[in-house]
Amino acid sequence: MSESRKFSLPILGEVDRRTAVKAGAATLGLAAWAAAIRPWFEWTAELNPDEVLQKHYRELTPEQLQVILNKLTDEARKQSGKPAVVKDHKPIPGVSFAYALNLSICIGCRKCAEACHVENNHDRPSHQSYIRVFEMQKGGIDFEKGNANYDHPVPAKDKYYMPVQCQQCENPPCVKACPIEATWQESDGIVVVDYNWCIGCRYCEAACPYHARRFNWEKPQIPANEINPNQSYLSNRVRPQGVMEKCTFCLHRTREGKLPACLEACPTGARVFGNVLDPDSEIRWVLENKRVFVLKEELGTKPRFYYFFDK
Amino acid sequence: MMIRQETVSYLRFLRRSLHVATDGGWLFYAWMLVLTAVALVGANAWAVQVRDGMIRTNMTDHVSWGLYIANFTFCVGLAAGGVMMVIPAYLYHDHDMHEVVIVGEVLAIAAIIMSTLSVVVDLGRPDRFWHLIPGIGKFNWPMSMLTWDIIVLNGYLLINLHVVGYLLYTRFRGAEPNPKWYVPFVLLSIVWAISIHTVTAFLYCGLGGRPFWNTALLAPRFLASAFVSGPAFILLVLRVVRVGTELPMSPGPARLLVQIIRVAAVVNLLMLVSELFTLFYAGGAHLASARYLFFGDHGKYGLVTWIWTAIGLNVVGTILFFTPAALERGWTRVAACAMVIVGIWIEKGMGLIIPGFIPSTLHEVVEYAPSLTEWKVTAGIWALGLLLLTAMLKVTVAVFTNKLSALAEIPPVSSSS
Repeated sequence: MSESRKFSLPILGEVDRRTAVKAGAATLGLAAWAAAIRPWFEWTAELNPDEVLQKHYRELTPEQLQVILNKLTDEARKQSGKPAVVKDHKPIPGVSFAYALNLSICIGCRKCAEACHVENNHDRPSHQSYIRVFEMQKGGIDFEKGNANYDHPVPAKDKYYMPVQCQQCENPPCVKACPIEATWQESDGIVVVDYNWCIGCRYCEAACPYHARRFNWEKPQIPANEINPNQSYLSNRVRPQGVMEKCTFCLHRTREGKLPACLEACPTGARVFGNVLDPDSEIRWVLENKRVFVLKEELGTKPRFYYFFDK
Repeated sequence: MMIRQETVSYLRFLRRSLHVATDGGWLFYAWMLVLTAVALVGANAWAVQVRDGMIRTNMTDHVSWGLYIANFTFCVGLAAGGVMMVIPAYLYHDHDMHEVVIVGEVLAIAAIIMSTLSVVVDLGRPDRFWHLIPGIGKFNWPMSMLTWDIIVLNGYLLINLHVVGYLLYTRFRGAEPNPKWYVPFVLLSIVWAISIHTVTAFLYCGLGGRPFWNTALLAPRFLASAFVSGPAFILLVLRVVRVGTELPMSPGPARLLVQIIRVAAVVNLLMLVSELFTLFYAGGAHLASARYLFFGDHGKYGLVTWIWTAIGLNVVGTILFFTPAALERGWTRVAACAMVIVGIWIEKGMGLIIPGFIPSTLHEVVEYAPSLTEWKVTAGIWALGLLLLTAMLKVTVAVFTNKLSALAEIPPVSSSS
């Protein structure tokens, strides 16, 4: 040890053996690291620098937002091969949305879940949808006795059906949980996600008491011809990998005065949607005349999604 | 002129520290090589996960947090428990403890880095990490408990880096540490250590939609278990340092740690019993997760083996700590430490985070077992943490045995590890 042998290297000059070995090991180590994290660089190569540095949706100027919408529109056209448009639908002043569902006439056909799947450009292989329909045992509202994976003709004897989607809570636990304000409630009551801001920590998904949020575990896969070309920044545009998404009451339709896709698909007319601030609306009539209830009222989340029985 | 000299001296300290940290006998090199290899496997698995998406994990929309957040929870506890060396040393002026207190702080640094990495690998979009930085991102403080956790964890890291760095550097220069520059931070770190595990518990117990976590007992239970796992880990580290280096070590501090563990382990088990009684006697919706965890539900038993293993290890480990042999150096103590560390790792992770999601909020029972990717990444994080811990301990020991000192110009390189 005392007689450390000296080596002569170019540039570095005289170094002892130990240092030379260390330097060699360090070089090998760095090379190994570079090889190990190569998939990371394959991923960053596909990232768009503008998107990486994009500001929060609510901090974008109208001009900046337009640039982004144009870019997203281009991408959507390329992806779908159709004249797709990605718009930005703002909430309409004086509108507060609510949804009601008549459990007496829902037959559990899952047409609403399917319509959601198609309308909102959901991932095809996982058959994603914002709506889960539970087959419930008559005699109570006990999800422990419910089953979302039923596979037989409906309606079955002694059962009723309970579709569950985002309740658009007035006091949303998901919004409270988000560390970066990537999800928030808009003035018409709809809780939205900025897919370009979300970091994918999934704290909101843990916070939601209604299993309403979904995560993009991989890049959504949809055949080009099946892509819905009418898209919106905060709702049904094809989501990036690794971010949260959720039901937006089809804001790209409802903020244009149309009805949500799930409602239009319902063959029994179990679904009622509208502006509660409009005294003549059907939703207002239901809330005033039916004995409606909300899910997990005790949590204080104040859902905008009501259920009722006719008989 | 003075400042320039200081800078030169500090840079030299860093350079010589790096030298010491990467130098040792064959056992040391073998250990570091194995850790590096495991870390590489983890880094590769993470890079693939980032490229292909979190689909590489076995998490689902039903069980949306898994092994990563489980490991995160344990590592925060480890960091908080590290401070149990500090309390006797500084609050009760136990002078034997002063010598080894720095080991607890070094462990805290490594554990905080491990917990931070465990969260980073859980992100779907690590490229947007900057959204979390106050000022340039959009920090949802004080609303989101996650922002509180980011603040307390980083604060704890900084406090410990400062104390460790200051003590080592002054010792390196052959100077006497000025209490003014570290004692206030040490005292702060005690309060702060409690805060990191409390806030981490608040992450979970603040969620009204998850009855299994939504209990006021969660934070106290976290602290009790941290004051078992932290000191147990320190005991193992102290043993390695004593056997592997020339740092003189009196048996007093280790005995004190065993006493701390005895109290905390009993409190931890007592609170567990209290929780279980409340759940199972009252019954109802709150019971669903606990029933699945302990006995299985709807014909699914995924966590039953995990939790009973944890309970077995914790109970036997606690009993071993109460034997007289645990107060002496020896394998009883080592076995007891290993048992409670593994037991609490399961209890705080697979036994706490996962059952929070099973059954789901709409009572669907979807099971979860970590994927190979998740195991690789988690092992990689542990390897990196142990690598850092080893390097920091090497420097610490060298400084405390005066081998790394500004006064001795040429460092006598020891070949033992």
